[in-house]
Amino acid sequence: MSSSEVKHPALNLCDSDELTHGLAGSEVLGFWVFLMSDAVIFALLFATYGVMLPATVGGPTPASEYNILPVFLETLVLLTSSFTFGMASVAMKHGAPRRQLLGWMGVTLVLGLAFLGMELHEFATMFGDNAYPTRSGYLSSFFALVTTHGLHVFFGSLWIIVMMVQVMTFGLDARVKINILRLGLFWHFLDIVWIAIFSVVYLQGLIR
Amino acid sequence: MKISRCRPRLLAVLPLFLLSGCTVLKLGVLNHAGPIAASQWHLYLIVGAVLIFVAGPVLLLTPIIAWHYRLSNKHHAFRPKWSFSWKLEGFIWIPPIGIVIGLGFVLWHFTHTLDPYRPIVSNQQALEIQAVGFDWKWLFIYPDSQVAVINQMAIPVGRPVHISLTSGTVMQSMLVPQLAGQIYAMPGMTTQLNLAASKPGNYRGENTQFNGSGFQNEKFDVVALSPADYDRWLTHVRASGRPLDGKALADLFNNSSLQQPIFFSSAPPDLFKHILVRTQEPRS
Amino acid sequence: MTQGIWPAVLGRFDWQALPFVRAWNNPTASEIIGAGAALIVIISAIFVVVLISRLGKWRYLWSEWLTSLDHKKIGIMYIVLAFVMLSRALIEAVLMRMQQAAAINNPGFIAPDHFSQLFSTHGSIMIFFMAMPFLTGLINYVMPLQIGSRDVAFPLLNSISLWLTGGAAGLMMISLVIGAFSTGGWSGYPPYTELAFSPGVGTDYWILAVTLGSIGSTLTGLNFAVTIYKMRCPGMNLMRMPLFVWTALCTSVLMIFAMPPLTVATALLALDRYLGFHFFTNDLGGNMMNYANLFWLFGHPEVYILILPAFGVYSEVVSTFSTKKLYGYTSLVLATAAIAVLSFTVWVHHFFTMGQSADINAVFGIVTIAIGVPTGVKIYDWIWTMFLGEVRFTVPMLYSLAFMMTFVLGGLTGIILAFPPLDYLVHNTLFLVAHFHNMLIPGLLFGMLAGYHYWFPKAFGFRLNEKWGRIAFGCWVFGFYLAFMPLYVLGAAGMARRTQAVFEPAFLPWLYIAGVGALVLFCALASLFVQLWVSIRERDANRVFAGDPWDGRGLEWSTSAPPPEYNYAVIPRVQGLDPFYDGKRNDDSYAPPSSYDDIELPKNSMTGPVLGVVAAVTAFGLVWHMWWLAAIGVLASIATVITRSFVRDVHQIIRADEIERTERRWLSAVAAAKPIPREVEMTSANQGLAEV
Repeated sequence: MSSSEVKHPALNLCDSDELTHGLAGSEVLGFWVFLMSDAVIFALLFATYGVMLPATVGGPTPASEYNILPVFLETLVLLTSSFTFGMASVAMKHGAPRRQLLGWMGVTLVLGLAFLGMELHEFATMFGDNAYPTRSGYLSSFFALVTTHGLHVFFGSLWIIVMMVQVMTFGLDARVKINILRLGLFWHFLDIVWIAIFSVVYLQGLIR
Repeated sequence: MKISRCRPRLLAVLPLFLLSGCTVLKLGVLNHAGPIAASQWHLYLIVGAVLIFVAGPVLLLTPIIAWHYRLSNKHHAFRPKWSFSWKLEGFIWIPPIGIVIGLGFVLWHFTHTLDPYRPIVSNQQALEIQAVGFDWKWLFIYPDSQVAVINQMAIPVGRPVHISLTSGTVMQSMLVPQLAGQIYAMPGMTTQLNLAASKPGNYRGENTQFNGSGFQNEKFDVVALSPADYDRWLTHVRASGRPLDGKALADLFNNSSLQQPIFFSSAPPDLFKHILVRTQEPRS
Repeated sequence: MTQGIWPAVLGRFDWQALPFVRAWNNPTASEIIGAGAALIVIISAIFVVVLISRLGKWRYLWSEWLTSLDHKKIGIMYIVLAFVMLSRALIEAVLMRMQQAAAINNPGFIAPDHFSQLFSTHGSIMIFFMAMPFLTGLINYVMPLQIGSRDVAFPLLNSISLWLTGGAAGLMMISLVIGAFSTGGWSGYPPYTELAFSPGVGTDYWILAVTLGSIGSTLTGLNFAVTIYKMRCPGMNLMRMPLFVWTALCTSVLMIFAMPPLTVATALLALDRYLGFHFFTNDLGGNMMNYANLFWLFGHPEVYILILPAFGVYSEVVSTFSTKKLYGYTSLVLATAAIAVLSFTVWVHHFFTMGQSADINAVFGIVTIAIGVPTGVKIYDWIWTMFLGEVRFTVPMLYSLAFMMTFVLGGLTGIILAFPPLDYLVHNTLFLVAHFHNMLIPGLLFGMLAGYHYWFPKAFGFRLNEKWGRIAFGCWVFGFYLAFMPLYVLGAAGMARRTQAVFEPAFLPWLYIAGVGALVLFCALASLFVQLWVSIRERDANRVFAGDPWDGRGLEWSTSAPPPEYNYAVIPRVQGLDPFYDGKRNDDSYAPPSSYDDIELPKNSMTGPVLGVVAAVTAFGLVWHMWWLAAIGVLASIATVITRSFVRDVHQIIRADEIERTERRWLSAVAAAKPIPREVEMTSANQGLAEV
C-alpha cells in the first residue's frame, strides 16, 4: 500500500475517485471527531449505568428483566446490518450498478428497523413487568443508555432513507459519496456501541 | 498611570473603614478556637510562605522588565530575535516543579491528618452529635442524651465531638470556620465531621450550600461550655418540656427559617436513621 | 384558565408568569426591578426592529450578515452577542453587590427569590453567553487568517453553532419577560433543581439554554480542530503555527471532549424532570453525587476552554508590543498541551467537601497544584519576551501586564484552594467567588478585551480610540481590585456565597468597598461603549487600510484592513514562524501575484438562522410544556437539515478579474501609504504600513 493510501480517515476512494478522495479528507475527519464526542456521551452513560446498577430499590433487577435470546437476535441483526452496509460501501467504491448499492442500503435499513422493532418489543415486555424507567435509578440508567443507542439507530435509519433518495436523485456525486462514507462510519460506530451494551449491560447483568 | 483622582479622599476614610472592618478577622480561622482549625491555620501559614516565592518573582519582574525595556528608554539592549535560553528554561521549569513536589508532600500529609472523618486523639471519649440540615434550620440530635436542639450546638470544651450529618431536604454543607472545615450533608447519606473546641465561646456556624429562599437565615451557634456548664445546659434542655414528637418532626420538614434556638426535651431513639429513610421516600 | 384546548395550547403558562402582573399584585422594590428588566428587554427589541426598519437595512442585514457563512462575519456576530450579554450580566452583578451592601441585618431591596435568579443568570450568562461567544468569535475571526486559509472547515456548521448560541441567548432574554429563571446557580445541583424542590419553569429554562449553547460549542470545537489540522497553508507545519492557533487547537479539543459531559448531566436532569426518571432524585435510587461528578467533568475543562484562548491572545500581544520574537515557543506549546491534558484530571477539587476519602482528595489536590507549573511557565515566557525588547504600552499591552500580575494572585489562592483542608474552610464562601473572578476577569476578560483592541483595526479598518481605551482599562483594573479583594477577606471570615442577606456588622465595610468596585466596573463597561462611539465618529482619521498597524508578525496582518471576503488572493506559503514579519524584513511582502484565479466560496445560507430560531422555539415549548410546539420544533429541525442536504447549489465563484481589482486597489493604497515607526503608531499618521 502506498503511504497516501494508508493515511485516510475512511473507505479509501483514492483509486476510484481522486476528486472525492481529496475532499473527503477534512469532511470525514470532521465526522470522526463528532463520533468521538458521541463516544464520550456513551462512555458517560455507561459509567452512570455502572454506578447505578445497585440502585434497584427492591424493584426489577438485571437478572429478572434481561432475556438473552431476543438480545442475541438483536445483536445478530445489527451485526449483519453492518456487514450489509459494508457491502454497500464496496459497491459504491467500485462503481457497481445503482441497483446493487440501493439494494444493500435497503437491506441495511430493513435490518436496522428490525433491530428497533425487537428493541421496542423488549421494552414492552419490561413495561409489562412494571420495569419502567421511573421505577428505580437502575432502570432509569438502563433506559437512558439503551434508548440513546436506539435513537441513534433511528436517526441512522432516517439518514439511510435520505441517502437512498439522494442517490436516486443526484446520482453518486462527490457530496453523496462523502455522506455515504460518513453514514457508514456512523452505522459501524453504533454497532460497536451495541457490542459494548450487549457485553456490559446484558451479559454482565445475566452472569451476576 | 494615574487611575483615580479620588485616591487622597479614599485614603483618609480608609483607616476608619479598616478599623471597623478588622473585626471581621474575629469570625474566621484567624481566630481559631479548636485544634482542627488551629492546624488549618498552621497549614495556611506554611502554604502562604511558600507562595511568596511563587508570586514574588512574577510581581517583581513584570513591572521592572516592562518599564526598563520600554520604547522611550534608549538605555537598554534590543535583541528582537532572542527567544530561547537553556539556562533560563531550567529556571522556569525546575524550581516550580520542585515547589510543586514539596507542596505535594505537605498536601498529602495534611489532607490525611485533617481528614474530617479522622477521629481526634484524646483521652476523653468523643461526644456523639447527629446534625440534620433542613430548609432552613439545623437540628442537632444528642443520641446519648436523647435530646435535640434547633440552631444551637452546645459542646464541652476540650472534648472531641464526632458529628454525623445528613439532610432532610437537599444537599447542604455545615461550616463552623473557627472550629473546623465544612462537610456536605446529603439526604439519604451520612457524612462525618470531627472537631473540638479548646476554649469557651460562641462560634458561628452556617450552611454554605444554597438551598432556597431562606438560605441566608440558616445560621446557628456552636456554644463551647466548660464541662460543668455543659451538664447544666443538658439539664436545661431536658427541662424544656417540649418533646420532638411526630408533629414537631413534620414541622421540621416544612420550609421555615427559625432564627432562635428551640430545645426539645426528648428525641426518639433512631431519629437520625428514621430521617435517613424518610428522605428517600417521594416528597409529599 | 378557561377549559377547552387552552391548557394544552398554553401548557403551564398563566398570567402570573408575567413580571408585570407579579409587580402589579405585589409592588415591592424587588418585583418592580424585575418588571423593569422585562420592560427593558421588550423596549430594546422594539427599538432594534424600528431602527433597522427606519434605516431600511433588513435586506442588508439578512444577506450580508445573518445568512453569511464567512468566518469573519460570524466571528464579529459572536463578539457582538458577547458584549450585549456582558452588559446584562454586569448589571446583574452590580445589583447583587448593592443588595449585599444594603442587606446587613436588613432585608435589602431584592427579595431572596430574585437574588437567586440573579446569581444564576449572572453565572450562566457570563460563562455560556459572554465568555464562550467572545472567545469563539475571536478564534473564528483570527485563526483562519493566521493559518493562511479562506474559511473554516465547515462554514455551514459554523453558522449553525452561532445561531444555536444566539437562540439559547434569546431564551435567556425571554426568561426575563415570561416566567422566571432558575434559582440553582449556574451549576444547577440536584436535588435542589429536581421537581420536588424546583417545580417551576426556571430550571427548565436553564437546562435548555445551557444545552443548546453546549451543542453549539461542541460543533464549534469540532470545526476549529479540523480546520487547524487540515487547512493550514503550505509550509505551516504544527511547530510553525502562531501560539494563538495552538491555544485555539487545544481549546477545540477541550470543547469536543468536555461539552458532552455537560450535555449528559443536563439531559439526565431533564429526564428526571420531564419523564420522572431517578438519576438524581432523593427517592428510588437517585444519587446527587453523580451529577457533581458529571457536571465538573465538564466544568473544569470548561474553565480552561475559557482561559487558553486568552493565553493565546497574550502570546500574540506581548510579542507584537515588545517588538520581539515570542520567547520559548516550544515551551509555550508544551505548556499549553500539558494544561489541556491535565485539565481533565482535576475535577474533584470542585467538591472536596463531598465526603471522599483523604486519599482521593489528596491525589486530586496534588494534580491541581501541578497545573500551576505549565501556567507559571507561560507567564515567565511572556516576561522574557519583554526582556531585551522594546515595550510599547498600548491598551492591549496594558491589559497583558495587568493580567500577569493580577492573575498570579488568583493562582495563589487557587493553590490554597487546592489543599483540601484549606478548601474545607472556604469552599462555597466568597473566597471561592473571589478566586474564580480573579482568574476570569484578569485572565479571560482582559485577554478578550486585549484581543478586541488588537484585532479591531484589522476587522473594521480603523483603530479604536486609545484615550478611552485607557480609561476603560483603568476602570477595569481598579474596579476589579475594589470589587473582589474584599471578598477574600469576607470568605476567610466565613461569609457564604449566593447569600441575599448577612447578619454580621463586621462585614459592612468590606461589602461597601466591593459595592463601589462594582460601580467602577460598570463605568468600565460604559467606557468601552463610549470608546466605540468615539472611534466610529473618528474613523476616517484613524483608517489603517494598508492592514498592518502594529508591525505584526503573523499572516493575518498581510491582508488589507478589512480583509477581502476570500482572505488571500493566493494561498500563502510559509517558511517559518512569524512569516509576515520575516517577509517584511526580506522585502518579500506586498508583492502582487503573477496571476489571479477564480475563488470558490460558500454561498450564504439561511439554515443557521432557521435552525437557531426553531431550536429556541422547541426549547420554549419544552419549558412551558407546550408539547405541540416542541413537537413541531423537533420536526422542523429535522426537516430543515434534510432540506438543506438536498440543496446542491452551495458555492459562489468570485471571479479572477474582481479579485485582481480588489487586490490592486489595496496594493496601490499600500504603495501610497507612508510607513511609520512604532513611536507614532497611536496617531493618525498610522495608515497601516510599518517602517522596517
